[in-house]
Amino acid sequence: MKKRTTCIRILSGLAMLPLSVAVAAEPGLNALQYSGPAWSPYLVGTGIGVLSWLTFYFSDKAIGASSFYAHIAGFVGKRIAPVRTKSLTYFKDNPPSVGWGFVFVPAIIAGAAISSLTGGEFTNEWLHPMWEARFGDSIALRAAVGLGGGMLMALGARLAGGCTSGHGISGTLQLNPGSWITLICLFIGGVAVAIPLFGL
Amino acid sequence: MSIPNKNRILITAVLFGLMFGFLLQKGGVGKYNVLIGQLLLQDFTVAKVMLTAIVVGMVGVFTLHHFGKVKLHLKPTRIGANVIGGLVFGAGFALLGYCPGTVAAALGQGSWDALFGMVGLVAGSWLFAEMSGWSKRTVETRGDLDKVTLPDLLHLPRRTVIISVAMSLITVLLLLERFTV
Repeated sequence: MKKRTTCIRILSGLAMLPLSVAVAAEPGLNALQYSGPAWSPYLVGTGIGVLSWLTFYFSDKAIGASSFYAHIAGFVGKRIAPVRTKSLTYFKDNPPSVGWGFVFVPAIIAGAAISSLTGGEFTNEWLHPMWEARFGDSIALRAAVGLGGGMLMALGARLAGGCTSGHGISGTLQLNPGSWITLICLFIGGVAVAIPLFGL
Repeated sequence: MSIPNKNRILITAVLFGLMFGFLLQKGGVGKYNVLIGQLLLQDFTVAKVMLTAIVVGMVGVFTLHHFGKVKLHLKPTRIGANVIGGLVFGAGFALLGYCPGTVAAALGQGSWDALFGMVGLVAGSWLFAEMSGWSKRTVETRGDLDKVTLPDLLHLPRRTVIISVAMSLITVLLLLERFTV
């Protein structure tokens, strides 16, 4: 009985760890003080799960986002340096095309615009207040860090074969071991950079 | 089931993309604070959305597959590339604060800093293409298992693995609900 109580104490202590990090945060650096999701995450998660049934059934495709940026890179490359673009292994294996992966991301933008405009959540801002609280009001700094972050993400996604959607949801739900490895590693990499970045 | 034609794929891509974007925004995962809050272990919305989607998606897709209604779309498992790619991706995710799908949701809701990330994603995709010959010969050959599923790998019946994974993820969700804000 005593052993059990100790066990519960240790477990709840471990579980409270994230909470203590949040409490210790400087003003402005607590993610929970800003507006969160409009709908329950379980409702949204269920919706995305059901949506994946629909894409498998009606489109014979899985949800994914990162390939869009590779298609754009390929199209731009074909304009600027056609010979070079055609010689690159990735574009030989995956020639840029206007297909599922190309159309899906612009549709996400439109869907989010409809959701935010009808839900009164349209932000119209260049810097998020939490970013400003940590890094100041320089848009140039945000642009540099955002560009670098985007580049690293594309490198990682192309190497791993997908992103938070393609591996993190569509791959994991098909019980693909590579997708589970990618999802776990991307969270480890993300936490390992985010915590020092915010000096917590 | 017949193979869908190209137009049907494009039309459904628009429709399902709209729905995905709508859901991402409603789930708060187009917001910088929600995404970075997950990586700072302050806000567990992202984990709750993803794990719920995985459980629901897995049960439905495998049920449809069992009755021959859908094909699976497995990406090859390449352990070396999955690990390194995942870690590099995570580092970039922390810097930008959005991932390739949620950055589109962020742009849609008027968070204009998403544009920097999108330009970076295009540039990074080109950079990867530049090194793709090398990576195909090296990193991508490490631990290459090609297209497999966890049940294949464990030599267990699919149903057993699906039920175990679903139970485990639901347990994680219950623990998250109990111990996080």
